Order: sequence, then C-alpha cells, then structure tokens
Amino acid sequence: MTTVAETPTSTSPASGGHRRRSILTDRDKAERRLGIRLVAPAVVIMVAVTVYPIGYSIWLSLQKYNLRFPHDRSYNWFENYGKILSSTRFWQTMGNTFIIVVISVVIELILGMALALFMHRAIFGRNIVRTAILLPYGIITVVSAFAFKFAVTPNIGGFWHVTSPPLSNHTTSLFVIILTEVWKTTPFMSLLLLAGLATVPNDYLEAAKVDGANAWQRLWRVILPNMRAALLVAVLFRTLDAVRIFDTVFIQTRGANNTQTLSQLGYNQLISQLNLGLGSAVSVILFILVIIIAFIFVKGFRTDLGQVRGER
Amino acid sequence: MSEITLKGVSKRYADGTVAVDNVDLDIADGEFVILVGPSGCGKSTLLRMIVGLEDISSGDLTIGGKRVNEAGPKDRNLAMVFQNYALYPHLSVRENIAFPLRLAKIDKAKADSMVDEAARTLELTELLDRKPAALSGGQRQRVAMGRAIVREPNAFLFDEPLSNLDAKLRVQMRTEISRLQKRFGTTTVYVTHDQTEAMTLGDRVAVLRKGILQQVASPRELYNNPINLFVAGFIGSPSMNFLPATLKAGKLDLPFGEIPLPEEFVSRLGQDEKPVIVGIRPEDFEDAALVEERDKGRGSTFPARIDVVEWMGSELFVYLPVPRGDRQHQAGLAELARELDQEDLHSDSDESQIVARLNPASRVSEGEEAELWVDTTRLHLFDPETGDSLTYQEPEAAGQSTGQQTPSAS
Amino acid sequence: MATIAATGSARRAAGTREIPMDKRKISPLWILGSILIVLYAIIPILWILSLSLKPQSDVTDGAIIPKHFSWVNYSTIFNTGVFVRPLINSIGIAIISTVIAIVLATLAAYAIARLNFPGKKLVLSTALAIAMFPPISIVGPLFNMWRSLGLYDTWPGLIIPYMTFALPMAIWVLSAFFRQIPWELEQAASVDGATPFQAFRKVIVPLAAPGVFTAAILVFFFCWNDFVFSITLTSTNRSRTVPAALNFFTGSSQFSQPTGAIAAAAIVVTVPIVIMVLIFQRRIVAGLTSGAVKG
Repeated sequence: MTTVAETPTSTSPASGGHRRRSILTDRDKAERRLGIRLVAPAVVIMVAVTVYPIGYSIWLSLQKYNLRFPHDRSYNWFENYGKILSSTRFWQTMGNTFIIVVISVVIELILGMALALFMHRAIFGRNIVRTAILLPYGIITVVSAFAFKFAVTPNIGGFWHVTSPPLSNHTTSLFVIILTEVWKTTPFMSLLLLAGLATVPNDYLEAAKVDGANAWQRLWRVILPNMRAALLVAVLFRTLDAVRIFDTVFIQTRGANNTQTLSQLGYNQLISQLNLGLGSAVSVILFILVIIIAFIFVKGFRTDLGQVRGER
Repeated sequence: MSEITLKGVSKRYADGTVAVDNVDLDIADGEFVILVGPSGCGKSTLLRMIVGLEDISSGDLTIGGKRVNEAGPKDRNLAMVFQNYALYPHLSVRENIAFPLRLAKIDKAKADSMVDEAARTLELTELLDRKPAALSGGQRQRVAMGRAIVREPNAFLFDEPLSNLDAKLRVQMRTEISRLQKRFGTTTVYVTHDQTEAMTLGDRVAVLRKGILQQVASPRELYNNPINLFVAGFIGSPSMNFLPATLKAGKLDLPFGEIPLPEEFVSRLGQDEKPVIVGIRPEDFEDAALVEERDKGRGSTFPARIDVVEWMGSELFVYLPVPRGDRQHQAGLAELARELDQEDLHSDSDESQIVARLNPASRVSEGEEAELWVDTTRLHLFDPETGDSLTYQEPEAAGQSTGQQTPSAS
Repeated sequence: MATIAATGSARRAAGTREIPMDKRKISPLWILGSILIVLYAIIPILWILSLSLKPQSDVTDGAIIPKHFSWVNYSTIFNTGVFVRPLINSIGIAIISTVIAIVLATLAAYAIARLNFPGKKLVLSTALAIAMFPPISIVGPLFNMWRSLGLYDTWPGLIIPYMTFALPMAIWVLSAFFRQIPWELEQAASVDGATPFQAFRKVIVPLAAPGVFTAAILVFFFCWNDFVFSITLTSTNRSRTVPAALNFFTGSSQFSQPTGAIAAAAIVVTVPIVIMVLIFQRRIVAGLTSGAVKG
C-alpha cells in the first residue's frame, strides 16, 4: 500500500523541534527575538559582574602587586602560584578546607536524611517541624557563628569548663566550626532530600515490604537508589558551599591556630595584607578547585543519571 | 448566519510535516459535525485552525460568509471547550463563566443574569462560588461548557471534551451535549478519537487519517457504505473483519471456502481474477441453524471451528480462526491494524482470527465445528493496493457526502 | 488535571504526600522527635536572646538563663549609632537588590518557561555556574574596580554583587514555578476574547504572583545574610550592613566585651527572619524544593 505523507508527528515549534533544515516563520523569529531580549539583562549582569572580575583576578595573579607598595609592580607570571603551592601554610589550608568539607557534608547527609525521613512520615506536628527547621536556614550566618562562638568562649558560655578554650586549639576549633556549619545547613539539606524522598513511588516500598525487606534494607535498596538525583544535587551544592566557607571561620577564629580555609586565606592576602597578586592567585586556585569539583560531580551525575532519567 | 466552510485548508510546519492536507468541508448553520480519527490524524489541528489558535498554511476558512484566515481567536466569536477544560484556577465558577462577558465589557447586571441562566441550564447554580480545584471532573466540564454557551457564539468547538471522564460519566455527558446543541441550535464542531461518540452525536462525521479527509457522511452512511479500508475498519465496534481473498469469475475464494458473489457485484467487478480484501462486519454473520429459510438465500453457509465464545446475555460473540493469506496482503493489513490500535498477538502464526456476532440463542460451543452463515449482500470488497472500496455506492441524495474523497488514501 | 492551582502542585513537591493516618504514628516517639527538632532549631537563638538580655555585669557569668533581665544592650545599640545606620543599610540594600533581581529574573524565567529561543539551556547553565562561584575570588578585583569607579563603600557597590549572585537562584525558582502554569489558559482567554495583554494581566499574573513572591523572599534572605562583600567592599558605616557591622562592635568601653551588644543586634536582625519564616513557611519550602529538584 502506498503511504501518502510522512506521519505528521505534530512537533509544535515550542518544543524545540529536530535538527532539520527548517524555515523559520515570522512568528518564530519574533519569539526568538523576544526571548533573547527578556533574558539579556539578567544574563548580562550575571556575566559582567563575574566574568570580568575573574579575568581581572587571573591577570592580577600573574603580577607582583601589593597595594602597600604600589610602585613596585611587575609581572612575575607564575611565581605567585609557585610560592603558594610550595608553602606549607597553603597545604595546611587545603587540608583544613578538605576536613571541614568532608566531615560536615557527611554528617549533614546522614542527619539530613534522618530528618527528611522523619518529616516524610510524621503527621503530627509536621508544620511545626518544617517551620522550625527553616530558622537555621534563615538566620544570618554571622549570627549563628557568634552564637556558637559565645557558647564556647570561657566565662561567656556556660558549657565549657575545660582548661583550654576550644577556640584556641586547632582541632577543637575545627570541631566548633564544623558544628556550626552542620547546625545551620542540615535543615536545608533535609528539605532537598525530602523533596527527593517524595518522588520515590510508594509502590516500590510496598512491594519491598511484601518481599520481606526490613526498614534498613528498604532504605538502602529501594529509597536511596531511587533518590539518586536529589542526593547528587544536595551533595553537590553543599560541597561547593562548604569549599567556599568564609563567614563562620572569619567570625570564630579569623583563621587563627591554623584553622584557615581557602577563602579565609584569600581574604587575608587580599584585604589584610593588600597583596593583590598573591591574594588573586589564591582566589584563582579556589575558583579552579570549584570548577574541578563541579565537573567531577556533573560528569558522574550525567553518566549515572543517564540510565535513570525521566523528564520531570 | 454561522456556517463554516473550509476550502483546501492545509497546515504545514516549519520542518516540513503536514498535519492537515487540503481539507474541504462545508458545515451548515446549526449542524453538528464530528471530526474523528486516530491520534495524530490532524483533527485537533484542524479544530484549532478553525478557532484561530493555529495559522492556516494554505486554503480558505470562512465563517458566516466572511473569510477569517487572518482574524485572531477573539474576533471570530467562536467558543471552545478544551480537553483539559482550561478553567482559570484563581477565579470562582461564576467568574470563570463570566470571563468572556467581562472582556466584552457587558454591563455587570446583565452579565450576571446571563451567567445565572447558563448555570441553571447546566445545573451549576450551587457551585457558582467554588473554585475549579474544588470541583469534580464532570462539574469542571460543565463549567467549561457554561463559559462557552454564555457568549452565544457563532459556533461551539469541542476538543475531545469527554476523554478525561470515566466511562459512566462519559455516557451521561454525551447526552447532555447532544441535548444542549439541539436546544441552542448552534453550529458545532466536535473532535474525538472515539468512534462511538462520533456515531451517536453527529449529524455528519468527517473521518481523518494522517491529515487527509477520508469521508464525510452521516453515521449511517459511513457504517453501511465506507469508502475505503480505513473508514470501514474505524467505524463500528467490534470492528469489521478483513480477510484476504481472490475474485475468480464471479466467485469469491475465501479462506473458509468459496462463495458465489451476489449479482450486483458481479456486473461491477468483472470476470478477471484478482486479489481482494473482503470486509465482513461481525453482525453480518449468523448461526446457520438460526437463520430463517427465506433469508438463507441472501448469503452462504460455511463450516467453522469455534475458538472462543463470549456470551454477554444480550449478545454472543464467537471467534473463529482462519488461515492467513499471502504475505502481500498482510503488510497492509498489519499497518491498518496498528493505526486502529489493534494488536495482532499472533502475527507469527499461520492463522488469524475473525469475530462474529450471533443470536444469543445460538448453541455453538467452544472447540466444536459449527455451520455459520454470512450475509453476502453486505460484504465489502477492497482493493488490496489502494484500500479503496470496490463496492462503494455513490450516494444519490445531494449534500449527503460533501467531502474530499481521495482515491489513494492508505 | 492540568488546571490544578500552580502552588498546589508545588506544595505537593515539598513532600506533603500523605501516608494514610496510622494510629501507631502518634506514638510518643514522634512527639519526642518533633520536640527535639524544634529544640535543635531554636536553642542557639534562645542562647543569643538570653545573652542579649543580660546586663553587662552578667555577661561573663556563664549562665544559660539570665539571672537578671536588662534591656541595656538594646538601648546601647540603638543609641550609640553603631547599629542604626548599618540596620538601615541592610534594609535598604536588601530591598533594592531584591526588587531589581526579581524583576530581571521574572522576565528571564518567563522567557525560559514560555518562549523558544536559542541559548535557553545556556542561560540556565550560566545561572548554575554563577551560583557555584566563590565570591572571594572576585572581591579583589571588585575592591580595586569599585575604588577607581567611586563605588567603594556605597550602596550600589553592594547592590550590584548582591543582584548578581541572587539572580541564579531567583531564575531557577521562578522558571520552576512558571513551568507549572498551564499555558493553555492563555489560549482559552484569547478564545474568550482577550488581547494578549489582557490574557497576561487577568490570567497569568495572578497565577505567577505566588511564585514571584516566594522568590522575593528567598532573594531577600540571601541579601540580608551576606557578609563577604560587606566587609570587603565597605569601610565605614556609610554602607556597611549589619553582618559586617557586628564584626566591628566594640563594647561600651575600651576594655569591656561587646558580647551583649552583638547579641542584641543579632536578635534585632533575626526577628524579621523569624516572622517571615513563621508566616511564609509553606511558600519558602515550596520555593526551595521546586527550584532545587530541577538540578
């Protein structure tokens, strides 16, 4: 039998269409123009205020430039980077940052998941709990930093009667910083995970129950695998946030006792020491680190999610 | 007046796909016309072109004598009921129905009384202050209709309005819609993929396939006199059985035997040997034992082995295996089956199944041989290449079938 | 059905999927859990509150509940000019940044959700990239640039970076909201006789308003919270915001601790947050989760 025309799958213009040699109607062209005009202001601002300065940063990082000696300015190319990468202080800073990131993200993940599971199944007091956990999210980071700082400062805080104040010691300082961070962002994490939890179809859990799985098994074999997307998003964002940590460290220790993090190091060099060259180099290193982490996550995310994907 | 005329109307998309191909259709004032066809056939696109939500690529659309190709929806004075109702969620039922009146700047008191009138007609009076989210599916549908009728438009356009309702509600609303249309006498164009709705609601039904109009006629005409394989298979439930056969000198060589052709066909079809596809509706079979003597002459009997019997009280369906024909016929029939959403579960075997509707008093039983009778005056013969009906009768009454009848539409 | 209110389905995404009422669930365990969580959230706040209500002499007594209650800290911060101006700065800068960011983000999100144009995905990816950006990496250049442009220690000097970093979140949240609006309604409105502008005004705007409001709240929180830009791009109370100002508090004398003052100031800036969270809890949760799950 002869078929007349191709099957008219109505690929409406708004769905993006396929890559064929297409003739754009006037209406399509007008739509494209309008679309670009509407996003332009936002995009221009976002890009201008970040791309230009980061380029400027990179340029500055290649110079020997200290604002205290403005005339002693020259290109020393990668000397700044060399200095940084060979300094023990830098690697300690990296170590600190790494410790803070890993520990806080892991704890937040576990606690956040527990909290999410709780909120998912609780009926009583659901609203109260949800309101309560928004408070740590909404509170100014500086305020929460002060709260925990005061709690552990001898005499002010009633909790510590140890001989050496926690914030005067490297390890315990890190502990306090991590505690503050975890307190503040676990709730946000739990909200993200809760949203992911809600997408796990109840049918799977019921089928698992019938198949004889206990609660722990259901968690590991049914719930978590089906929440991959939410888990990855939550971990990605929290990790990047943690790598950029600044407020809490600044308020609580200012980086003393070797508790510096990358951002703190950058600040010290740039603003305290006014060493734009070195400081910019640190900034750029942080920037690159963020890109690498994001890249690793997104790659892992894509390949993993490629199999599970469904357009939401 | 509000007659709607389409001449050569087509819709072509930017990437070359043709959703609607050269459709001619005359809808008289006050007529209820149904556009029916499988999904993707272009019926919704056609409807949206009539209302103005899609541009017309070529051809002319006139409403009440005026060409409206360029006019926007708001200037055509047409009312549309969407498949998902498209009720404004932030407005109450009253405000939803009043929306077009407010836009037309109709005086508030008058508008309110018009809304009340519409609400009374559709029994929505108690729901006027609710929001759409608080309504059931059937209620929402009535609100959507209320919004349409309150404007007294040139025509009502319905885009598969019943497909989101459950079966029982669907039947109820079907009669509602029919009653409303008769009461207001407004021209109505109604899109559906359900042939039952098409048959029960329309004055005339337009069958579409892949953007091309197959046949436009009254439901009765479509049922008795389909113009091609597609229309024959689409209309009627359970659908027509198709069997490959060979025409040989006035006799039809069917899988279950040879039967002589009635006189009127012989003269039309000639004496040459050629392959054909035979279409037999389930209701044209009968248990030979229950056929009156005087009717027996109209058809032929043949032996058959009964596979499955479905006795429904008021009806009896039996399924008979028949050997398949050659591959050549199979490909075309398989494609047709796909379009009509019929699965062929045994495409690998040498046998296919036909279904017959018998008198419920019949005593045939599963697994046994029985003698069946087929009314050969009601056979339809189709050309295997083109799908055209070889037994189609041009309707004599004028204005019965004004639609595009394309010779090769498969 | 596609006509369910947009905020309704956003709310559903926030995890309100109910499991049938089960008597066992109202066991003491759940009540205990809820109480623990609430305590978890408010104890640090209560601690700061308690510190703020202690008179100067009691600050170092280490008691959790003040032995004596005093408003002296509050009067100090409001009368000595160390707090009032930063508070005004915070309010003004946050509001202006929020307004501008929301306007731009709404336009962009509408285009992304509704129109087809090249580079749509690129815009969203860019927004995502900006959200992951380390602010410290640009404070150096901004410091220098602002100084030469005369924007150092000014309101615009802060508004610009605030907007920049608030836009990604606003765009993501708003496009998620806008995607949930059934755009078929625009068509129904035009069939009912509305011009495109009428359709926009009478149908789309009321449906988009809740999402815009939620995004505004989230952006405001973000601007209210910023510390990094405030301490690097300002040097005096002319445009220093509260988080940075807290860092520079001194006590009532050279030698005494500013603890009480800091605590009082902290409470003052936390009160609006608490109020907003209490009133708008549902919206905030919906905004956070709908925007985030898109990731």
